[in-house]
Amino acid sequence: MALEYYLVLSALLFTTGVIGVLIRRNAIIIFMCIELMLNAANLAFVAISRSLGEATGQVFVFFVMTVAAAEVAIGLAIIVSVFKHRQTINVDEVNSLKG
Amino acid sequence: MNPEQILFILFGAVSLIGAIAVISFRHPIYSALSLIVTFFAQAGLFVLLGAHFVAAAQVIVYAGAIMVLFLFVIMLLNLGTLSVKGAMGSKLKGFAIILGILFAAEGIYIAVKAMNDTAVAAAEPATEAVTITTYQIGELLFSKYLLPFEVTSLILLAALIGVIVLVKRESQEEN
Amino acid sequence: MSIELIVVLLVAPLVGFLINGLFGKWLKGSEKLSGWIGALAVLVSLVCSIIVFASLHGGAAPFDETLYEWITGESFAFNIGFHVDALTAVMLLVITGVGFLIHVYSIGYMHGDEGYTRYFAYLNLFVFAMLILVLGNNYLMMFVGWEGVGLCSYLLIGFWYDKQSATDAGKKAFIMNRIGDFGFLLGMFTLFAAFGTLDFGTIFDAAEADNFQKVFGASTLVIATLLLFVGAIGKSAQIPLYVWLPDAMEGPTPVSALIHAATMVTAGVYMIARSAVLYEIAHTGQVVAWIGVLTAFFAATIALTQNDIKRILAYSTVSQLGYMFVGVGVGAYASGIFHLVTHAFFKGLMFLTAGSVMHAMANELDMRKMGGLKSKMPITHWTFLVGALAIAGFPFLSGFWSKDEILHSAWGSSPIIYGIGLVTAFLTAFYMFRLIFVTFYGESRVDSEVASHLHESPPVMWVPLAILAIPSALIGLLLGWGGHDSWFHHFTKSVFPDAHHDASGNVIVFMVISSVVGLAGIAFAWRRYSKRVPSDEPTGALHRLLTNKYYVDEVYNTLIVQPVKNGSQFLLWKLVDNGIIDGIVNGVAALIRFVGGLLRRLQTGLVQAYIISMVLGIVLFLAYYLFFT
Repeated sequence: MALEYYLVLSALLFTTGVIGVLIRRNAIIIFMCIELMLNAANLAFVAISRSLGEATGQVFVFFVMTVAAAEVAIGLAIIVSVFKHRQTINVDEVNSLKG
Repeated sequence: MNPEQILFILFGAVSLIGAIAVISFRHPIYSALSLIVTFFAQAGLFVLLGAHFVAAAQVIVYAGAIMVLFLFVIMLLNLGTLSVKGAMGSKLKGFAIILGILFAAEGIYIAVKAMNDTAVAAAEPATEAVTITTYQIGELLFSKYLLPFEVTSLILLAALIGVIVLVKRESQEEN
Repeated sequence: MSIELIVVLLVAPLVGFLINGLFGKWLKGSEKLSGWIGALAVLVSLVCSIIVFASLHGGAAPFDETLYEWITGESFAFNIGFHVDALTAVMLLVITGVGFLIHVYSIGYMHGDEGYTRYFAYLNLFVFAMLILVLGNNYLMMFVGWEGVGLCSYLLIGFWYDKQSATDAGKKAFIMNRIGDFGFLLGMFTLFAAFGTLDFGTIFDAAEADNFQKVFGASTLVIATLLLFVGAIGKSAQIPLYVWLPDAMEGPTPVSALIHAATMVTAGVYMIARSAVLYEIAHTGQVVAWIGVLTAFFAATIALTQNDIKRILAYSTVSQLGYMFVGVGVGAYASGIFHLVTHAFFKGLMFLTAGSVMHAMANELDMRKMGGLKSKMPITHWTFLVGALAIAGFPFLSGFWSKDEILHSAWGSSPIIYGIGLVTAFLTAFYMFRLIFVTFYGESRVDSEVASHLHESPPVMWVPLAILAIPSALIGLLLGWGGHDSWFHHFTKSVFPDAHHDASGNVIVFMVISSVVGLAGIAFAWRRYSKRVPSDEPTGALHRLLTNKYYVDEVYNTLIVQPVKNGSQFLLWKLVDNGIIDGIVNGVAALIRFVGGLLRRLQTGLVQAYIISMVLGIVLFLAYYLFFT
């Protein structure tokens, strides 16, 4: 199975994640899309690792997963806080940065 | 068509459809369930690639731990669907999709181009690729990448403390 | 004579100033103490001055020593150095002697004033600055003192700063002096450019060696001396910058006596006498003499019609300063300085007696509301009479000797100057005795309320008057007996270049003429004013012209002050300041505000808008990277 199919699949998954971030307004779904992007990157890592016969790519996947876990924990805690304050997690309504 | 190709097409299609489902469902709980499907399909792809350790971690960490966290939060907040109306009109949505397609095109272009003329293509083994064992990963992780590994554990600790602080302050304010 | 003595002499008033100036707050409870500290500081200087004088009189060589280097550059050096010769010694005695008596007098005069300690602090600072002026051995130190006395003059004229007229008078004096000081500065620059130094000794030696044609060629010294004289015009209130001195009478009367009669205003005369060598070489003395004699005449005519006793004395001072400039202008430097000394005594005395009258009359200055004060204030009357006789040139009193010497020297230079001077002498006698007859004789026109507590001043005030009256009367006789061959001339002979205008004619003849003129003035005043009071309304055009002081203030106001004010208000303030400068400042702010308003629209607060721009950036960057590199 050629490497390029995996890379194309990875690109498609990543793009799906990007589009999701751009068009969805629910903070939790935006968050899921970020996980999607991380996974797409992981797929590319593993595919290239296999193609090169190197273990390093998989080590990186391991790091990505750890960081993602930490990120999810913090991010969800923030979402909960925001919801308690504003009774919403619609990112359009959380616009205190408006100049 | 050999079994590997059939399995690739199957897992790839499932993961892509799952991903599109994530961004399409109105209700976040369906999105979350779709995401789990995608993760499982990806775990299958990892097995196809001979990365058994990563596949296991994918199932345990992502599909197991992280998605459970998501579901917890969704249920805790009991959100339901958000109203369609928002400041971001459909014109921006259309623009966003066009941007995404352009982005995908560029990504695919890179992948194909890389396969055709770069060092990655040259370095590709002619026939069967080597399977990476968990032993090799462990050896690398505890020798060459020991410092990043330790740093990662610190990040997890920081996240742990951060979450406690965030949630604790909230409860105090409520009182 | 040692440098330590000079330092003590100089620093004592500074110490007094620091004590009164810094710790005045704690001295307020006991104002006597504060006053005596001030007086004591000057007394120390007086004692030192007497020692200096005695040692010079005993034949000691002139003293010239550098205390330390002040400013040093590659090609120049300015030193704090002292030069003490006969001229300095005379000035020192006048400053500290008259200064000490005025300090003592002030203790009584300023009694109960809100700013008692401040007053003595300023007065001590003035004495310090004046001592620097006369002690310095270079023009820079002279200039430091010159500016210092100007500052103190400003501070003391505007001493009662809650009075509008006083602060205005202070500003007027300061600005007029600045004009003069500007000339002085330019003169100093010229001298420095020509000689590369400002030391008296070096400059005078080089000038005598014909080594001065560096800047403006042969006219270098002419320009330098005339510029220096501009400084003297401002400081010594000569035409056309004299108008500040009559207004300066807004200050406390002892200040008028010390600063605006005896010492500071004579700084210009001292400066010319000190620079005598330069004026001799440049032949600019004639200009000095003419300005002097015109001022003398001009101011005397104004004094004829004034009714404010302090203003009469002020115009009289301007007039007498004119005499001094005639003296130094025609080359009779010793005579000019001699008149400076006698004038310091009798004019100081008259100002102090005027202060005594004011003190008794509840600050009334208009002599039409006085009259008959002789019986109520005998000491004041007699001392004033001594001063007036002295200034009028009554035979054998001090003004007689000094004025006569000047007139005699003027005859040798130009009979016209002599003629104007003689007329001025007549006018001087007339207006002084007009003042005496109207104030001290005749019917009392004092308000009954004031009359009830009309009294002689306390001893702390009249004792200095009595002490001053003695030298006012006799100093001329003691020092001036013998005319150009007198003791004073011998004492100062070493300082000045030889007078090249040989006194011609018989001295006795000149003395008789002067005496007759003086006595005629007195007699004329007696005839006119012993029974009558000056009319309130001017009679005739000439009288009106004189009463309004030739409208000089009005002319200056119209020609200079108003145009400057209008120019400042409409051109500089409204147009340049408000229009251009503020316009630029506000315009920059408005521009930034406008651009900010535009940029502000980008900050929607919508997270996805930010993400879209980010992704757009990535797409564009990748496109550039993939297809254009």
